[in-house]
Amino acid sequence: MGDPSRIRATATGDEVEVKILMKHIMETGQRKDATGKVIPAHFIKNVEVKCNDKVVLDGLFGPAVSKDPFLSFKFKGAKTGDKITVTWRDDTGDSRTDQVNVG
Amino acid sequence: MNLNRRDMLRITSVLSAAFAVGILKPNDVFAAEWSAAVFNAKGLDAAVKALGGNGFAVSKDISIDAPDIAENGAVVPVSISSAVPNTEYMAILVEKNPSAMAASFNIPTGTQPAVTTRVKMGMTSQIHALVKADGKWLVASKETKVTLGGCGG
Repeated sequence: MGDPSRIRATATGDEVEVKILMKHIMETGQRKDATGKVIPAHFIKNVEVKCNDKVVLDGLFGPAVSKDPFLSFKFKGAKTGDKITVTWRDDTGDSRTDQVNVG
Repeated sequence: MNLNRRDMLRITSVLSAAFAVGILKPNDVFAAEWSAAVFNAKGLDAAVKALGGNGFAVSKDISIDAPDIAENGAVVPVSISSAVPNTEYMAILVEKNPSAMAASFNIPTGTQPAVTTRVKMGMTSQIHALVKADGKWLVASKETKVTLGGCGG
């Protein structure tokens, strides 16, 4: 269970803009530590955003996504009070799900 | 491999049983599959091939919003958007990164074909917005100069 994602979902008419800030180190596996040893890769691979039970975005990340991944997109067909759920899973199998209501 | 009707029935019934018993729950399955071949590919051409594409065309209907110069290669904001009808898939690639594919998205009906995220760039490079629409692969590219590389080391 990683750290919570911050999610903002704002409705304008029936279109919702979702902004997400996930917390994750997104280590590329390219960096070396002070002794010269490679720091192993550790990054989010799957991201899924749902509105109630419908998937509204299904993403795959590589290690090139910046630390603390930011994601923003829009979709139609939701209204204030609908639930937005953001789930991520990383390369170790760790996962995190957070939820907000559309405001 | 030829799947005849008998095989299909067998496979379907095993899967249904698995769902029914709860071994495989629909919620457990992320629709998009993370492919090492795609995420290790060097450059746009190799990535499209790994995705099963047979080449791509440049499209003026795809736009990329990224800085001309990135002060910090570790955090480069990129927005991509597609005006191509039936856009079902969009991806951001950084040509000169150790692996070009940075992030990809399946776009369900009802979702705007536009995403914004932040990527790492190792050096000055083309950023590509790759789109799949109606089975066709389309691309738009833009160069972003990097003063301080973002891959570390």
